[in-house]
Amino acid sequence: MSQIHVTATINGDETEFLCDPTETLLDVLRDHLDLTGSKEGCGSGDCGACSIILDGRLVCSCLVLAAEAEGRSVETIEGMAEGDKLHPLQEKFIEHAALQCGICTPGILVAAKNLLERNPNPSEEEVRYWLAGNLCRCTGYDKIIRAVMDTAAEMRGAA
Amino acid sequence: MRFETPTTVDEAVRLLSDDPEARILAGGTDLLVRLRARQVAPSAVIDVKRIAEMTVITREEGGWRIGAAVPSAEMNEMSDLCADWPGVMEAADLIGSTQIQGRATMAGNLCNASPAADSVPAMVAAGAVARIAGPSGTRDVAVEDIPTGPGQTSLKPGELITSIFLPVKPAMSGDAYLRFIPRTEMDIAVVGVGVHVTLDDQGKISAARVALGAVAPTVILSQSCADALIGTPGDDAALDALAAAATEEATPIDDKRGTVAFRKDIAGVLARRTAKIAIARAKGDA
Ligand SMILES: Cc1cc2nc3c(=O)[nH]c(=O)nc-3n(C[C@H](O)[C@H](O)[C@H](O)COP(=O)(O)OP(=O)(O)OC[C@H]3O[C@@H](n4cnc5c(N)ncnc54)[C@H](O)[C@@H]3O)c2cc1C
Ligand code: FES
Ligand code: FES
Repeated sequence: MSQIHVTATINGDETEFLCDPTETLLDVLRDHLDLTGSKEGCGSGDCGACSIILDGRLVCSCLVLAAEAEGRSVETIEGMAEGDKLHPLQEKFIEHAALQCGICTPGILVAAKNLLERNPNPSEEEVRYWLAGNLCRCTGYDKIIRAVMDTAAEMRGAA
Repeated sequence: MRFETPTTVDEAVRLLSDDPEARILAGGTDLLVRLRARQVAPSAVIDVKRIAEMTVITREEGGWRIGAAVPSAEMNEMSDLCADWPGVMEAADLIGSTQIQGRATMAGNLCNASPAADSVPAMVAAGAVARIAGPSGTRDVAVEDIPTGPGQTSLKPGELITSIFLPVKPAMSGDAYLRFIPRTEMDIAVVGVGVHVTLDDQGKISAARVALGAVAPTVILSQSCADALIGTPGDDAALDALAAAATEEATPIDDKRGTVAFRKDIAGVLARRTAKIAIARAKGDA
């Protein structure tokens, strides 16, 4: 199978990779680029553990072919903290104990960040609907929702 | 498998005509699931998202031409479009999660031809028309004439949908879509109903289109449901007649999501509720 050469901007850096036409962006992030923060929970768009931002839009990277990323911008969980400085959402997830096993956490953080960029003042219902495609088998969701609401409030205060 | 990225419709038609085993890739939320599950093994996927005219929404004759590669999320960010066709936009907004809506297209929903596709009854009620490009040129086909059975469409070899046209919204009209699912999010419709009504000066329903989803192999555009509404003020008697007609018209199957009797009953209940919303919107009350 002939390999496809792709150039994409990943977390702000121009990145080149080779991929098979059938490989997903999630496969390439994890297996070729060593960006293993995005998780594969289901591989069928149901769990959200593989959530990334593609040209500003939240998508499941398990349902994007790697070759589709040519010329596009990709943001993953690895781009969220600035060096050692955690993003406010990451801080609040720790403070609220909004994670247990942590498998769902990167996807939820990426999704929540995209929500707060679009809507700095979401209602609890809006947060719950926005994150409905991010499954968590551990926390029962409540702490996640509270951490997101608290971050939103704090970021509004700081702005 | 080859990965093709045509930048014009002509090029896409040529690729599709030259290779009957090739598949169109729009949002990939159906195709890539099936690819990964090895349910399909196309010789090529043709990504249509680099074809400029397929990625834009434009006004045309007072209506809206929505490129076949435009995802649901992008449509729902256009407030004028949502104001004209709230039912269609809400139906597209019900497709999967935020992540799925960032990719899923209405044309993909239509071409995947699931009997339970959410945006399809809403498009049919709205009188939406698919523009098709193929080896012998371009043709316009009513959305209800695209699906021919589960997973089957009336598209001919080498043809693809380039856009969906939502006609100019008539004055004093309104549309709505509701589905029944056992959960509140992320599930497949047990029944879905799309309704579009137009009122006359006296507040009587002068035109109606009612489409039933997930209760037959393909979407049903029901004349008897429309007849139950036309000429009435949309009062309880008319809604009772509508519900009875919807229950009568539904020919569902038994499956894990619902029995025949349940689905027929729910078709009536949902038709009534959906019509109420559409009528309120036509009056400007909602
Ligand atoms: C987690 C999850 C939840 C979902 N929830 C729902 C739901 O609630 N309701 C619902 O209705 N659906 C749901 N779906 C199914 C799917 O998201 C929709 O059917 C979606 O609209 C498909 O659009 P797409 O652009 O992703 O299609 P694709 O996967 O790109 O294509 C689907 C099919 O149509 C063909 N095709 C696509 N575009 C064209 C075109 N322009 N011309 C000709 N052929 C074309 C493709 O070749 C393919 O066979 C869900 C899917 C997932 C993974
Ligand atoms: S791994 Fe992509 S949604 Fe589950
Ligand atoms: S913390 Fe374990 S799945 Fe969410």
